[in-house]
Amino acid sequence: MTNEVGEAAAPEALLSVRDLQVHYPLRSGILQRRVGAVKAVDGVSLDVARGTTYGLVGESGCGKSTLGRAVLRLEEPTAGSVHLDGRDVLALGAEELRRERKRMQMVFQDPLASLDPRQTVESALTEPLAVHRVPGGPSAWRTRVRGLLERVGLPAGAGAKYPHEFSGGQRQRVGIARALVLDPALLVADEPVSALDVSVQAQVLVLLEELQRDLGLTYLVIAHDLAVVKHVSTTVGVMYLGGLVEEGPSGELYDRPLHPYTRALLSAAPVPDPVAEAARERVRLVGDLPSPADPPTGCRFRTRCPWVQETRCHDERPQLRVLPGHSPRHRVACHFAEDVEAGRLVPHRGADPAQLAQGPAVAGP
Amino acid sequence: MTLLEVEDLRVTFSRKGSPDFTAVDGVSFDVDAGEVVGLVGESGCGKSVTSLAVMGLLPRRSARVSGSVRFDGTDLLRASPAQLARRRGKDLAMVFQDPMTSLNPVLTLGRQLTEVLRTHTDLDRAAAKKEAVELLGRVGIPDPRRRVGEYPHQLSGGMRQRVLIAIALACSPRLIIADEPTTALDVTIQAQVLDVLTGLVRESGTAMVLITHDLGVVAGTCDRVNVLYAGKVVERARREELFARPRHRYTTGLLAAVPRVDAPEGTALQPVPGSVQDRLPWDVGCAFAPRCAVADEACRAGLIGLDAAGGPAAHSARCVHPAELEVAR
Repeated sequence: MTNEVGEAAAPEALLSVRDLQVHYPLRSGILQRRVGAVKAVDGVSLDVARGTTYGLVGESGCGKSTLGRAVLRLEEPTAGSVHLDGRDVLALGAEELRRERKRMQMVFQDPLASLDPRQTVESALTEPLAVHRVPGGPSAWRTRVRGLLERVGLPAGAGAKYPHEFSGGQRQRVGIARALVLDPALLVADEPVSALDVSVQAQVLVLLEELQRDLGLTYLVIAHDLAVVKHVSTTVGVMYLGGLVEEGPSGELYDRPLHPYTRALLSAAPVPDPVAEAARERVRLVGDLPSPADPPTGCRFRTRCPWVQETRCHDERPQLRVLPGHSPRHRVACHFAEDVEAGRLVPHRGADPAQLAQGPAVAGP
Repeated sequence: MTLLEVEDLRVTFSRKGSPDFTAVDGVSFDVDAGEVVGLVGESGCGKSVTSLAVMGLLPRRSARVSGSVRFDGTDLLRASPAQLARRRGKDLAMVFQDPMTSLNPVLTLGRQLTEVLRTHTDLDRAAAKKEAVELLGRVGIPDPRRRVGEYPHQLSGGMRQRVLIAIALACSPRLIIADEPTTALDVTIQAQVLDVLTGLVRESGTAMVLITHDLGVVAGTCDRVNVLYAGKVVERARREELFARPRHRYTTGLLAAVPRVDAPEGTALQPVPGSVQDRLPWDVGCAFAPRCAVADEACRAGLIGLDAAGGPAAHSARCVHPAELEVAR
């Protein structure tokens, strides 16, 4: 993470984020003096290679959505850099940023909330083309919109309808078409399928895959569902309390998770197979996520880590590093990852729910 | 021993100016003491309305409920509101999905826990308070003595859900209905809460109806499973049997559409086409037929019975062309 500040972005990277911080000031008293900060994103670096998908996974409050919004400058970062195709996004002025936004678009979790209920889909989708003065004029814009609506699998005539007339899956198709209308290079998709029924989720995931293949899109997919992230991603980053704790090629990260938090997440993800469920490793965490306004010192995961050690974990924040014997693209931020992997360290607390009651007090409600 | 027996439950909602809508269309299932029975399905399948009907919580004016819900020998649908009120919270308890809206924001956790105890038992104030602290400890809330004086907003989502479980358990109910109890929670917290819930059920011999859309949660917790689609049970089996040899095409379709964390890299998802809105009325044929890859005329020739697939009584499927193949693992 921080040891990479100033390092040049990999040449094939379309999106390159370096040491990004988004801190929200906490104010108090009649003078509204600054008394602290919520460190929603606290030093994240990542590269997304052109034409690939980077999956960002983590639980609520880990900062994954804030990171996604900061990349598009829907949220102003407090420090760090974001480069899209070599251009520094954070240095752009208002007008330049507006123009650059054509190249990066967002797919939201709830497409109904992001569409105007009183505007037909065709009119809503034509608007960005008019705003960005795309050459061709209204008739060419309408043709483009109709073509896109068909491309995302909506029935003919969908353009004349209003958002509420669509089912959940169709609405997300509209949301994807809206994001694609300006022909962007990068799509940031924040929980694109979590509001959908299981049978419909797969439809949207398959559509995103097809679009990526056909249009050469690059995705940053943000989700809490580990199975969804695994399915769509080339590279996966696991976030905890504002920072990346592990990053690696999708298959490798899921087959050989190195960070205790990744192991806990994977062991908690339910699998629709009773045999596999019974046979799985159980890493049960105690307590809840600490407050990002007052994160633990040293390793942020130490208050819930079953492998926490007396030394280093409390006072030294671990940086992402490569372990011997693993691919150089698989990095983990844990002081004791080798020992945990080799089984030389034994987890402290068992999975017995009765023991949860005696678990150590956790920081903050 | 059968504790709860739901037979031919039907719930129809009527609203002025729009046609009647049958949300639950003749659902039957039973639950034995000490058993976890799952009702699984996607939005609109009728699983939540079923649970509200069992608890007698549907609005009497707009919902017409028929059939029978026998709990320990008495028909709850024919019980008076006063009789129901005596049972709810004592014999029958419910855990809802959203712990924020199910707790009263202006009362301490202690008040909300002792309220149930004082209503249904003869504990005095001090004894009820002591019991409340005990209950919070049992569901894994650290430092229960301090927490008992706190308000819901001071707790995280996972803790609030545990408080709801504690309230449900307060009078040692014989049946708990949990409606998506972990859907609002993160996976690591979900695992904790499911452990607490199933642990307590096994330990105390309470029966539980678990309502969920998540096949993974079902695979980890339920003894028997009912798969619902468009208001009817379409498949019913023991958990191991259901996942090893799913028969209804909707069940097999769902299982092929869910991404899995343990899937080998490059596994393709097979989406189920269409959405629940594309459905046939059950008396015309199988409601799932418009989305089904193998549907033919036989599927559109009137109502299909739950035993249409033949085979063992313990594993029934409402399907004319059931899948017979064992799912490759």
